[in-house]
Amino acid sequence: MRARNSFVGAAFALLAAGMGHSALAEDIKIGEINSYSLLPSFTEPYRKGWQLAVEEINASGGINGKKLVVVSKDDGGKPADAQTAANELVSSEGVAMLTGTFLSNIGLAVSDFANQKKVFFLAAEPLTDAVTWAKGNKYTFRLRPSNYMQAAMLVEAASKLPAKRWATIAPNYEYGQSAVAVFKKLMSEKRPDIQWVDEQWPPQGKIDAGPVVQAVAQANPEAILNVTFGPDLVKLVREGNTRGLFKGREVVSFLTGEPEYLDPLKEETPEGWIVTGYPWYSIKTPEHDAFLKAYQAKYNDYPRLGSIVGYQTIKAAAAILAKAGSTDTDKMIAAAEGLSMPSPFGEITFRKIDHQSTLGAFVGKTAQKDGKGVMVDTSYKKGSDYLPSDAEVEKLRPKE
Amino acid sequence: MAFYVVQFLTGLASAASLFLVASGLSIIFGVTRIVNFAHGAFYMIGAYIAFTLTERFSGAFGFWGGVLAAALAVALIGVLVEMVLLRRIYHAPELFQLLGTFGLTLMVEDLVVLIWGPDDLVGRRAPGFKGAVDFFGQNIPSYDLFLIALGPVVLGILWLLFQRTRWGVLVRAATQDRDMVAALGVNQKWLFTSVFAVGVFLAALGGALQIPRDAVHHAMDLRIIVEVFVVVVIGGLGSIVGAFVAAVLVSELNAFGILIFPKISIILVFLVMAVVLIVRPWGLFGKPEAAARKTPGLTVNPWRPLTSNERLASLAAFVVAAMLPLFAGNYALTVGSEIAIFVIFAVSLHFLMSVGGLASFGHAAYFGLGAYGVAFLAKMAGLPMIVCLLLGPLLGCMGAAIFGFFAVQLSGVYFAMLTLAFAQIVWSIAFQWVSVTGGDNGILGVWPASWAASPSHFYWLALGVAALVTIALRIAVFSPFGYALRATRDSLLRSEAVGIDAKRVQWTAFVIAGTTAGIGGALFAYLKGSVFPDNLGISLSVDALVMVLLGGVETVSGAVIGAIVYKALNIWLVSQTDLSKLVLGGFIVLIVVVFPKGIVGMLEMLAQRRRKSSPPGSSLLAKPIESAE
Amino acid sequence: MSLAPPLLAVEGLTKSYGGIHAVRGVSFSLRAGEILALIGPNGAGKSTCFDMLNGQNRPDSGHVRLLGEETTGKKPRDIWRMGVGRTFQITATFATMTVRENVQVALISHGKQLFNLWGSAPDVDRGEAGRLLELVGMGGYADRPCGELAYGDLKRLELAVALANDPKLLLMDEPTAGMAPRERVELMRLTAQIAKEKSIGVLFTEHDMDVVFEHADRIIVLNRGTLIAEGSPAEVRGNPQVQAVYLGEGLLYEGGHREGASA
Repeated sequence: MRARNSFVGAAFALLAAGMGHSALAEDIKIGEINSYSLLPSFTEPYRKGWQLAVEEINASGGINGKKLVVVSKDDGGKPADAQTAANELVSSEGVAMLTGTFLSNIGLAVSDFANQKKVFFLAAEPLTDAVTWAKGNKYTFRLRPSNYMQAAMLVEAASKLPAKRWATIAPNYEYGQSAVAVFKKLMSEKRPDIQWVDEQWPPQGKIDAGPVVQAVAQANPEAILNVTFGPDLVKLVREGNTRGLFKGREVVSFLTGEPEYLDPLKEETPEGWIVTGYPWYSIKTPEHDAFLKAYQAKYNDYPRLGSIVGYQTIKAAAAILAKAGSTDTDKMIAAAEGLSMPSPFGEITFRKIDHQSTLGAFVGKTAQKDGKGVMVDTSYKKGSDYLPSDAEVEKLRPKE
Repeated sequence: MAFYVVQFLTGLASAASLFLVASGLSIIFGVTRIVNFAHGAFYMIGAYIAFTLTERFSGAFGFWGGVLAAALAVALIGVLVEMVLLRRIYHAPELFQLLGTFGLTLMVEDLVVLIWGPDDLVGRRAPGFKGAVDFFGQNIPSYDLFLIALGPVVLGILWLLFQRTRWGVLVRAATQDRDMVAALGVNQKWLFTSVFAVGVFLAALGGALQIPRDAVHHAMDLRIIVEVFVVVVIGGLGSIVGAFVAAVLVSELNAFGILIFPKISIILVFLVMAVVLIVRPWGLFGKPEAAARKTPGLTVNPWRPLTSNERLASLAAFVVAAMLPLFAGNYALTVGSEIAIFVIFAVSLHFLMSVGGLASFGHAAYFGLGAYGVAFLAKMAGLPMIVCLLLGPLLGCMGAAIFGFFAVQLSGVYFAMLTLAFAQIVWSIAFQWVSVTGGDNGILGVWPASWAASPSHFYWLALGVAALVTIALRIAVFSPFGYALRATRDSLLRSEAVGIDAKRVQWTAFVIAGTTAGIGGALFAYLKGSVFPDNLGISLSVDALVMVLLGGVETVSGAVIGAIVYKALNIWLVSQTDLSKLVLGGFIVLIVVVFPKGIVGMLEMLAQRRRKSSPPGSSLLAKPIESAE
Repeated sequence: MSLAPPLLAVEGLTKSYGGIHAVRGVSFSLRAGEILALIGPNGAGKSTCFDMLNGQNRPDSGHVRLLGEETTGKKPRDIWRMGVGRTFQITATFATMTVRENVQVALISHGKQLFNLWGSAPDVDRGEAGRLLELVGMGGYADRPCGELAYGDLKRLELAVALANDPKLLLMDEPTAGMAPRERVELMRLTAQIAKEKSIGVLFTEHDMDVVFEHADRIIVLNRGTLIAEGSPAEVRGNPQVQAVYLGEGLLYEGGHREGASA
């Protein structure tokens, strides 16, 4: 009945929404978006990481003398909300560039937004290959090693295993599907003799682990590829341990060595899985030592992989801004292409050809130590060694 | 052979956990008619508290004692919630309790992270049930055997409780006829409280017993709540045996289904529910609901078209809104566009839910279909924006025509759940059919044509369409069809007796609502430049319900206000704080308690009271509505 | 004997549930303008019989014809379209709509405007709705929410709604159940008056024998599913079989309510 109130209400709501934060003109603002409320186990360390980076950058004089400010927004795990946030950051906050995102679909949504609005976007975490290849665009760069790169790192180790009969378990969405697809493709190239005897596709976050484990065991594979993570991984590991699925079988597993996913497993941690991850306790390089010391001093906590991603995202953004000497998008793109910079994992470069950084990952085996899961026999795999040839990449990326 | 036996037993173990939670929900719904959205939240708190207790106290006693104590503690929280919150809203319009429990759920999701931290927690294994039992070379976890035994034991205890105690008799009586129990002079308040406590206890116990096999984390509630609802509905509302059979059915179909179709899990329960409801409209063990008794306290405030003054005021408000681009920035305009689109979405559901009395739990399906319609037309056929906007919603229309045909054969919660099932089926198609829909990575690059690209132009477009849609639906409400639709809502018996083909009227309303939602979805695709399965998801459907309920389900304009308030607040909070769910949930709970008729319902009541207090009261005593039914 | 078919002709109506005959071979007819009461003790088959007339229930065998046209197997709404209005034992009205809107819905349906999305319903047949309400003495209540009405008023509203399609036949299931004695007399007097004026046939079931004997032109009596008597009130009152049935029940029924009808 009171439709008039509706429109007045709308006007007020819009006014409220329109009131931005006033910022000092001399600051450089970076917009950051992530799934803080949906994925706190990753994003909390991630936030700590980028906050440390901001502190360090400003302590050493900012970017070309200007103070760096990061404006951070939650996307609630929804692409549509991420776009609202991106819009706010660009239109209302006037940020120089967008960074962040975790989920692949959100990364793609923001990347598409960046492409449409001609905004620089540095994707931090989303793993899908599409971000830099099939749906890559001029404005989007990515820090973390992609699905393809991690698959390639794992295949290197997996192809040396004697196992011929393989089964796969992966969450039923794009990430799981493409991880399995790439792994299968690369494995079959190196080992034409292997057979894929079973595949299980539990819904992400809703695995009914018992039946899945039974089904895989029934196929009697010699090795298993796992792509599940988080709570699904916990359930899978527990059921698998109890039912003896992993006994006498090799397991290759995406991301499982990351503290976010490995630490909760505690005494359930399976032995000898080949995994990608982040063994912060056994990395002995000066770059990492410096990072670790600073991080522990500030937070009295150990870093997770998210901490590295958050830290390096902002460090990279600062490096790009410093080199561009401007917040002009085209200048930043020009500065970023081919830019090399230090990171806790050693020097990394943003490739000109596909805007992928050469940040690598650690591959090792899982083990238990004092009732905790750790990675042992680790080695760092440089991202640059696990990317396809330039000619192939050219074919993958859409023509501008 | 041994394998199939073990797979069957594994399915039974999954069924047991599902049944515990489902039975609690079923009992609560049966007696109080509350769609307890917070059931999953209680399940989650049960797991968290049990984790804390079992970590602190060692040994078998520590573990089992901890599990029980956790369930009891959560039951106590449940009692508190019932007394403080739900008691105030039993007489609110149907489903308003859903809003209250939804608010609670939002709050809990943030609270557990604040209390227990962001990491996934992995609890201890159960003492005495750590290993596995060998069965012809197959391993069965002994904890699974424990759960398999527990399911029937709980079923038995509940059966005894209901058949052999006075309390149980009352609960059964109340399940069949709430008012009769009130008439018997039973203290209904405490009956409800105790029922709620038992239901919550079962949920929390279900959660606590997950500790040895699951990780405890802040999204556990959402993982289980929908599934549990589905189980309850498949079994038949209020039927404990039904819940048990449905849990077994669903779990076994999943256990064996994945052997043939490894991707079936994502959609299985919804497929089963859709089939069951189409074949048996009241679930496997449910009984046809006694002629839906109208909620007591149903408004006796008749709807009327706007007076000319009100029309002028609305026009003035519209003009003010249309002037927004003169003084607001791009972000505000984009938010304005989003709000306008959600007004369209909310009024479309309002037409079905308030006017037609058909509360859809899956309305996002038609919104999303409209969005996908646009994306297909724009990306595959390369049609111009205006054509896409006109044709895209037709996909929503088609979806509504197909699904609506089946859905309107049912009513009440069964209708709601069938619409949910259909929405989930559509969602999973969008999610799975990667080659066409892009799966969860969606369809990108659906940006508006240059004439609508600037935020102000798009805002005017969205505002204009929202105004047109709102006006058109308002005209429909006061059209002969609108009267017929309201007639079918108020009394099916009477409408049939005056020659109204109720199903056809409702089906038409369903198609109108679906098409309108599709219009909103079409605009949304262009606003965001992309389409994702999220656009068809449960949470969007819930948003729509919340907007209608918040505004006031018994009013004509409630949806408009509800959409504006909810969406604006939501966007603002998400932008301002990571604890947006906590604040938003708190706000919703507050609204529920303070304005049990919704925002507009409250305003109307105040206005009416003012009007009534001036002329001397009418000679007619307002009689409770039940006597008229 | 006229050649034109009677308004309502019922022939050999039979219905059984699980081998028990609820109604067996019931035949009777009704003329336009005639008021016919269908009575019988509880469980005699009145309701089953009634439901088969209005389409709620389908007979196992037998025929119901309205002016020669078969109605068996038709849905309630189609039977309504043939010119049969009805009222319910427990009133069924549109509780959130006003009294006038209740009548308008029936008029809209009668005018085949149900799927008209554009018109302004408040203006549809407003005058006609008002006349119908005046006719049943509810003119002053037109704008009241239906949910606020007293029970007797709801019964009168139902009568107005039932008259909206200009019916040839009115089926009234216990029209006075749940009403105060004074209201009963008023309502039945009104019904009789309208029936005579408009030449509408009325078939009603009733527990209250005072109402029956005062207002019915003719009475048919059911017992255990079969018709045991038919005739004028005086004839039926004097029928020994009827007396036996009712005496067997202990009394000549007066004012029995069924459960749930209390106001």
